[in-house]
Amino acid sequence: MRNALNIAVPLALGIAVLALWQWATVHFRISPFVLPPPSAIGTALAENFSSLAESLGVTLAVTWIAYLLALAGGLALAIVFSQSRVAERALYPYAVILQVTPVLAIAPLILIWTGYDHVERAAVIIAMVVAFFPILSNATLGLRSVDPALSDLFALYGASRLQRLWRLQLPSALPYILAGMKISGGLALIGAVVAEFVAGSGSATGLAWRITEAGNRLEIAKMFAALALLSLAGIANFYALGFLQWLVLHRWHESALRQDD
Amino acid sequence: MRLEYKRLLLVQKGFLTFQMSSLLTLTSISKRFDNGLEAIRRLDLAVAAGEFVSLVGPSGCGKSTALRLVAGLTAPSAGTLSFAPARPEIAFVFQEPALMPWTGALANARLPLDLKRVARGEAEARAERALARVGLKGFEKAYPRELSGGMKMRVSIARALAAEPKLLLMDEPFAALDEFARQALNDDLIALAREDAITVLFVTHSVFESAYLSSRVLVMTPRPGAVAAEIALRPPAIRDAAWRMSEDFLAGARRISAALKLAMESTA
Repeated sequence: MRNALNIAVPLALGIAVLALWQWATVHFRISPFVLPPPSAIGTALAENFSSLAESLGVTLAVTWIAYLLALAGGLALAIVFSQSRVAERALYPYAVILQVTPVLAIAPLILIWTGYDHVERAAVIIAMVVAFFPILSNATLGLRSVDPALSDLFALYGASRLQRLWRLQLPSALPYILAGMKISGGLALIGAVVAEFVAGSGSATGLAWRITEAGNRLEIAKMFAALALLSLAGIANFYALGFLQWLVLHRWHESALRQDD
Repeated sequence: MRLEYKRLLLVQKGFLTFQMSSLLTLTSISKRFDNGLEAIRRLDLAVAAGEFVSLVGPSGCGKSTALRLVAGLTAPSAGTLSFAPARPEIAFVFQEPALMPWTGALANARLPLDLKRVARGEAEARAERALARVGLKGFEKAYPRELSGGMKMRVSIARALAAEPKLLLMDEPFAALDEFARQALNDDLIALAREDAITVLFVTHSVFESAYLSSRVLVMTPRPGAVAAEIALRPPAIRDAAWRMSEDFLAGARRISAALKLAMESTA
């Protein structure tokens, strides 16, 4: 019942907004070059579906590769931090610098280094830099958030470093890591799109490039169609990661328990 | 029993330190933390094999620190700590059940064996037996959040038993439980410790709990903690409702209570 409402209410609102939008563009005679009606966007989506879907595939590939690299890198570095205070002291400030420096500012540099004929590599690196930090900081926090009594118990029973990491720190960190993964999932897509905008050359074929291209040709409905696909991809990513989080945590962690439980 | 107690008293006074048969001896142990807080000052304590010794004292008197010292989880600032004949297998039960929330009761009880790299099959069997002994047969797969406070504490005790300890350290293990669960666990604990010939060093701030469980009670001074008084009790082998109602039990509780009051006043 509650689940059905959770879907029905936002869906009804969405339909109402689309209907209002459709009505308004006709009634106020808004130019389709400014705001095309939803029906025109639908048509544009249907007409350009194969090329747009192909571009979506390119953008998603960049997003996911960057995401997996950020995940692996962030986790690895967090584990290094948890094992060595010295490494943490030495490296953490640089991780922060990487995070606080606006990625748009370093994107042209990365593009120069990878070369304009390998825009996709630059896109992967940029998206990775954007997605990296939440995983690093959450995993670092999580690996430290160990029940002190359990920690004592591991010491009492002579646990090795590896046993402590594998049996205590990583499971304790799971809720934190998954939260970081959820944030990073969204950021990776943003990073991929930003990278394409910055690259902005003919060799880019992702959705962001389609948006730029359609904008230059004043195909506003197609811009919206590409935008809609990007949103859908983002939503799908978000819910897939939410599902993963639920799958891993629902038996034991408070965050995944249902409100009426 | 009586003789043993007198001998222990002599050990405590430092007369018999060369021929003690105590499982555990703390001699003039002090502990000062890095922040300057002195938790324990010149604590003397000896526990013989098979005893059930309680440390009773006000909050913050260093009872928990004493247990952590014995377990080797923290090092003394001064004094010596010795085991005879060698360091026994030690298990620790905390005030919180301290279970791993991400796994079931059986895997929790198996933890000490897993950490010691006991073969999987044997570890499984021992943990299963330990769970059955604390009355949790059928709950092997239950996650901690699916268990009541008392049941969680039982898993914690099963985990300690699975390690087959000779010395069991307990830090106010039942303080957070309701009276009914606490009494049931008290009775079971006594039976389990007796069956396995486990020596227990038990920290509590409950006069009645210590009087019910212990063969000997050490009353501690407020911080920095030291032993203010020692009270030997003669409880029956099997504690039950009759013991809880008996004159001997109440007399013991009165003595502990009086000693505790004296310890508090003498330093106030």
